[in-house]
Amino acid sequence: MAKVLVVTSGKGGVGKTTSTAALGAALAQNGKNVVVVDFDVGLRNLDLVMGAERRVVYDLVNVAHGNAKLHQALIRDKRLENLCLLPASQTRDKDALSEKGVARIIKELRTQFDWIICDSPAGIERGAILAMRHADAAVIITNPEVSSVRDSDRIIGLLDSKTERAERGERVEKHLLITRFDQARAGRGEMLKVEDVLDILSVPLLGIIPESEQVLRASNLGQPITLANPMSAPARAYSDAARRLLGDEVAMNVPIERFNLLNRIFGGRAA
Amino acid sequence: MSVDLQTRVSFRLLGRSILAFTLTPERPVVEWFRELDQRVLSSFGFFTNRPLILDLTSITPNKAEALEIIARIEERNLRLMAVEGVAPEWLPHRLAPLPKSFSSVPAPDITKMPWDENPPTGAPPDSLAASQSCTTLLIEEQVRSGQTIIFPEGDVTIVGSVASGAEIIAGGSIHIYGTLRGRAFAGNNGNTKARIFCSKFDAEILVIDGLYKTADDFDHQLIGYPVQARLNQDVMNIEAM
Repeated sequence: MAKVLVVTSGKGGVGKTTSTAALGAALAQNGKNVVVVDFDVGLRNLDLVMGAERRVVYDLVNVAHGNAKLHQALIRDKRLENLCLLPASQTRDKDALSEKGVARIIKELRTQFDWIICDSPAGIERGAILAMRHADAAVIITNPEVSSVRDSDRIIGLLDSKTERAERGERVEKHLLITRFDQARAGRGEMLKVEDVLDILSVPLLGIIPESEQVLRASNLGQPITLANPMSAPARAYSDAARRLLGDEVAMNVPIERFNLLNRIFGGRAA
Repeated sequence: MSVDLQTRVSFRLLGRSILAFTLTPERPVVEWFRELDQRVLSSFGFFTNRPLILDLTSITPNKAEALEIIARIEERNLRLMAVEGVAPEWLPHRLAPLPKSFSSVPAPDITKMPWDENPPTGAPPDSLAASQSCTTLLIEEQVRSGQTIIFPEGDVTIVGSVASGAEIIAGGSIHIYGTLRGRAFAGNNGNTKARIFCSKFDAEILVIDGLYKTADDFDHQLIGYPVQARLNQDVMNIEAM
């Protein structure tokens, strides 16, 4: 049974695209057939993070308008053959997507893949609503800071009202992924604590991704972090999150960089 | 490309209710404006984009006065939706008087429609009695940022938290079994007996029957504790429970 998962946040720059790529790759590494779909029409980024920017010929808008077939637009990953990308258009804007076109594409993707992961644009406008429209499940990306948490709360409200499932009276399964988490700063009270975020949002926690320069480095190389450096702390956190999405019980902890751990022990700095 | 010729099976006509606040200037008007300015200042952003109705019934101004008051309100960037209590022909077209069903006369009892052959007997309850009856809206989930719950008919009970940026507007009391981080408006139909209860207090604004306190006015020792807010004469008291 195919599952449509939207990765959304409300606020921009919190890590939706990075998380889409990392979770998509991790699910594919678990043997699932995965497609990651970029809904950020006009500001596409997922192709860059997936390292496929030079292979984009047709895009989501072309398929939605019937100007290209789905298989012409899908880009198969060079590292994992069961991972595909459906890129967004960079030249059009979000109004170029029609609701009917999106519905048809999602329906067709459901017949070909186990997981359809939709990378939502920031905001609460049309683009974000279209991305969540057909979702069975949602991963809400939140940074441990008040503005991000409130925007996520707003998005959760929309997931409960604007999705197809909500209109049928069903619920969208929701997961919270806290990204850019800095244990030291949280300990000093410069960031919201994980329990505060959970208290405000009351959505089950999918994982905590530590802040790491590894993530930026992988993005710049065009590789999902789970493929670029699987043993790094953020990659392990994403892999654990992917296994939880698959229904595995994985103990929740914040993976930390081994290097930092030594630093902490020998530097004598309390976390 | 194919053209979609599927026929529409039904035409939807949905009712929609909005909540507008009413401004009722009193003489001396200069004094009233001074007070209005204080209110606007002390509740920054509260009036932004809120539809307001200007009710001039109590001061019965002449045309020049009425237009002056309207101009002064609008220059404060308050958004007037309609004006009541003056001759309609005085008003600029955009401020047309309210259609009948919006005006402040009590709404018709919906159980007694003209085509209803057997109207229920007995005197219709007055507004206070109605808001004290046992109508309660029960919400069993979090109220999220950006959501508004409006229930003029009675009490609202929420089993969950009310997020920052969410609003609860009730004709009666408001009961929140969770954290109140947003805004709560109780006794909105003029019910001075209405109260606001929450198991954890961290609100942005509390309003009972139009009297309000913003976060700046709260006693910070109460933040995080269970509280109730109620009116004592014209003063709102917020007490730990």
